[in-house]
Amino acid sequence: MGFEHFWLSGFDQIHTAFWTYLAVGLQNGAVYAMIAVGYTLVYGVLGLINFAHGEVFMCGGFAGVFLTRDILGDRTGTGWGSVALVLAGIAIGALVSALVAIGVEQAAYRPLRRRHAPKLAFLISAIGASYFLQTLAGKEFGYGVNIFPGQVFEPGQVMFTLFGTTIHTITVVSIIAAIVMLVVADRIVRATRLGRGIRAVSQDAETSSLMGVNIDRTITITFILGGALAGAAGFLYSLQSGMVQNAGTEIGIYAFTAAVLGGIGNLRGAALGGLFIGLFGSFSVPFAFEGNVQWTEIYTFLILVLVLIIRPTGILGERSGRTA
Amino acid sequence: MTMFSPANLKRLFLILVITAVVAVMTGTPGSSTASPTTGVHGSFLERVSWFGLFVAPRWLLFTTLGVIVWLVVSLYRPRARSIRRGIDTALALPKALATKRSTRVALMLVALVVVIFLPKFVHESFWMYLIVEQIGVWILLALGLNVVVGFAGLLDLGFAAFYAIGAYTTAWLTGALPAPALFHHPIPTLWVIPIGILAAMIFGVLLGTPTLRLRGDYLAIVTLGFALIIDDFVETQSGVTGGGVGSAPVPHPALNLGFWHFHWGITPTPYYYLCLVFIIVFIIVFTSLERSRIGRAWVAIREDEVAAESVGINPLKYKVMAFAVGAASGGFGGVMSAGLVGIVNPGLFTFQISVNVLVLVIFGGMGSIWGVALGAIVIQTATSYLDNYQPWGYQINDLYMYIGALLIIMMIFRPAGLLPSRRRAREFAAAKGDEQVHTDEVLTGDQP
Repeated sequence: MGFEHFWLSGFDQIHTAFWTYLAVGLQNGAVYAMIAVGYTLVYGVLGLINFAHGEVFMCGGFAGVFLTRDILGDRTGTGWGSVALVLAGIAIGALVSALVAIGVEQAAYRPLRRRHAPKLAFLISAIGASYFLQTLAGKEFGYGVNIFPGQVFEPGQVMFTLFGTTIHTITVVSIIAAIVMLVVADRIVRATRLGRGIRAVSQDAETSSLMGVNIDRTITITFILGGALAGAAGFLYSLQSGMVQNAGTEIGIYAFTAAVLGGIGNLRGAALGGLFIGLFGSFSVPFAFEGNVQWTEIYTFLILVLVLIIRPTGILGERSGRTA
Repeated sequence: MTMFSPANLKRLFLILVITAVVAVMTGTPGSSTASPTTGVHGSFLERVSWFGLFVAPRWLLFTTLGVIVWLVVSLYRPRARSIRRGIDTALALPKALATKRSTRVALMLVALVVVIFLPKFVHESFWMYLIVEQIGVWILLALGLNVVVGFAGLLDLGFAAFYAIGAYTTAWLTGALPAPALFHHPIPTLWVIPIGILAAMIFGVLLGTPTLRLRGDYLAIVTLGFALIIDDFVETQSGVTGGGVGSAPVPHPALNLGFWHFHWGITPTPYYYLCLVFIIVFIIVFTSLERSRIGRAWVAIREDEVAAESVGINPLKYKVMAFAVGAASGGFGGVMSAGLVGIVNPGLFTFQISVNVLVLVIFGGMGSIWGVALGAIVIQTATSYLDNYQPWGYQINDLYMYIGALLIIMMIFRPAGLLPSRRRAREFAAAKGDEQVHTDEVLTGDQP
């Protein structure tokens, strides 16, 4: 009985509701992938973890939900109207988050970069920025969990049925939005002049500046790119969960885990890592002790710790040329 | 005219942006139920009285303040060098005195006398309690984290875990946890002190051995991950730890020497002296550690790990040692807090606590024991004052906004802290301009 039963019942639940877990996992994975790309890009150009990235994501959620509501009024969309509302939310979330990311870079990183401060200083000021943003958002929009009425999609709205499982509209929307934005980001980094700048700075900042790359501008663009993705993810995540919370640290750590898993500095790796973490989180729900959801957090953090200790270069390998 | 040069106008714009942020920070809170922009509206449009002299909307007030600051700055800048030189000459004598050994000893004696007789001046039990719980315990935590961050240069974001280990060990051994007791009889709280310290140190070794191989930022994330795991574990395992509610009452410490009984009870003054004795002990131990072979090894690792390894220092060994030594004082803080408050619950050991301790260390000065103690006193007094009196529209929830801003400002303007350790200040300054040494760590911006 006991432990064996616990495992068996877990697998049993997965067996009966496999497609539901898969759908939830994919929908979360889409969000994590979008945030993870921001971590990975910034790590590439600056060589440090942007601790405030989780809060950039959070700002996207607040802005997307509240500003959209403030500008467009409290309405529920149907048909193409709802698509327009979601696009508006994604755009506003991405815009505000990109602005916040620029602000973080200007306030917490640039002065230190000018002074060639040690790495510890960057980490500390990033933690400061993260706390500042978190509390400011709480002050302006309410602390803790803010539930908002399902303005765009009714939370339970079903799009279609697949293998006997109902697939919610928001799942489909998140996945499509994530795929589109990730492909665009990938193209930007790989195939444009801007992207070449980003990759050059990632490889060797000094040499690339000698070759005429404007480092400050490249770094700002990287922050904008990562911030916009995180903001869009923030809006989608609040639609999925039906709430906005003045906390980004935990989801930030999930996404960071994804970025490390895929090999930090590696954009495609981060996207795959995000997908994996989303699926892992979803499929570990039936294995939570006493049905306590906090155990899925423990499992994910354990993955983070194990990956960092055993293989800090990630599954697909780092791309920025730095080793642990 | 330099006043309206593009650079100076850019400065005006920057100052106005900062004042706008300050206006929002100090302004009215918004809410999720009302229109979400009420907070921002209120922060700028609300009418406030200016010391009762006149009433003006906030945006006007803050713009005026911003312009005044800008004027002062633009008047100051051309004369900056001579003003700074003037300040330097004025401070030359006090500085020379401060570096003298005799002055330092005298200052230390004065401080000692003040802290010994402090309970005579503080009559209200409430404030005394605050001094022990909010300042005494936090000095212990900050001293411990200072060993890790300040001496060894390792950013530990899960320091509250050691605090938790100390507190939960106390609760467990005194029989206040649902977990089966280790011994048949509950142990008196006072005798848990060495066991709690030891438990925290062992945990430090266990946590440090696998994680301390990682480089700086990965270490920060892993320690944070571990802290969150512990937090979740404590909250979910109510059969072992009492869950979110916490433990049963922990007995107050008592001393029984046969001929002399002493019970710490609920009045804070006896705890004050217990705490004071241990703070002094830890300060002495840490100061001598800093000057010992171990302390020098820490400095070597902090400044250049590869070089340290090449002269025969085993970095992992010394890093683990720093974790264990730091954990000792954190663990004692936990025992102390459990004995004083009389209950242990997970709310005491969140990530916020870890960040809070980090703030004390950074504000006071990484690596400077006296700086860290002073930082703990200043910050903890300020936060207790703000929380209890709530001046200028401050709300309890706002605290971490100011703390976050303080961290950024400290890192920009005074990274070595209030009372910097001389070596640490030199390290922060050495990073300036020295591009060849730190190419891996820093990037070249377009320098003026």
